[in-house]
Amino acid sequence: MRLDKIVKELELEVLTEKNIENDVEGVYIGDLLSLVMANANEKNLWITIQTHLNIIAVATLVGLSAILIAEGMEVEDETIKKANEVGIPVLRSKLSAYELACRLYELGV
Amino acid sequence: MRLSYDLHIHSVLSPCGDKDMTPNNIVNMAYIKGLDIISVTDHNTMENVEAVMKVAKKRDILVIPGIEVTTKEEVHVLCYFRNIEDGMEFQDFIYRGLPDIKNNEKLFGSQLLMDEDDNIIGKIDKFLLNSTKYTIKEINDFVNKLNGALVPAHVDKKSYSILANLGFIPDELNIKTVEVSSDYFSLSTDTLINLDRYNVLKNSDAHYLGDINEPIVFLDIERKNINFLIEYLNKSWRNIR
Repeated sequence: MRLDKIVKELELEVLTEKNIENDVEGVYIGDLLSLVMANANEKNLWITIQTHLNIIAVATLVGLSAILIAEGMEVEDETIKKANEVGIPVLRSKLSAYELACRLYELGV
Repeated sequence: MRLSYDLHIHSVLSPCGDKDMTPNNIVNMAYIKGLDIISVTDHNTMENVEAVMKVAKKRDILVIPGIEVTTKEEVHVLCYFRNIEDGMEFQDFIYRGLPDIKNNEKLFGSQLLMDEDDNIIGKIDKFLLNSTKYTIKEINDFVNKLNGALVPAHVDKKSYSILANLGFIPDELNIKTVEVSSDYFSLSTDTLINLDRYNVLKNSDAHYLGDINEPIVFLDIERKNINFLIEYLNKSWRNIR
């Protein structure tokens, strides 16, 4: 499914420059970056509450479609700056990871 | 000088620290074991450090003011300072960053303040095991401002560790020394690959008296004083290929 459709349906806040036309295949949820590096799959949408700069490196390494920050966590400026540099969309929602996962499942992701 | 050390010990002020971890017991256990340098690093507080320093003077053991901080990313980092004044300035900053949640003694244990005679002189109300609101970078910046040293704690563990939580050590922090909890030669290959650029300390993370390091790990500094130790922690001693 295209990312812009997910953003529209779940009313997600887009924190990076708007390049959200890429494809999403599946979802990964996790906050320990070592596990994300080991277990997430390419094109996954990644739901996390970690906001450290390293999330961008991990997303690039795995080839994730986008990062979705749950619980309305505050994201550091340098994280967004890096995301724009490498072209990883960073989205945000006030909902919890569980609520987001349910909505994504309903959408058919 | 080749000096034995244990730079990660918890006192009765840490909720998880045993009731026997009093200033005198910690110092005397280190003395019996024959350690040269120790640091008491309670969770997000340094209130018991000064009492430990006073006791250690009689025993000719060097005490470096320290604290184990929980960052916003839930990474444990050990922060060390050149004197107690810098330490207290730092701990006040950390304390302000802790959420206003009271300690539950039944669940977590008590957080006792002690003087140099092991008298209980108070308690800390806020629950000290919580995460502060500061990022690892903000904490690192403040430590640098005070000319201290920051050492990521037990990086080989699966929780509260910089490698588990952040995947790798960010270059921008300019970290030179890390702590491991296992013997160096029993670390996984993955961990070793991550650590080939860093000095490695092996502390006890003792919550009980018996767990304090035996004098089997050493660091090499010119003189037994805090400034030389801080400089040792902030310098690369390994060949960078």
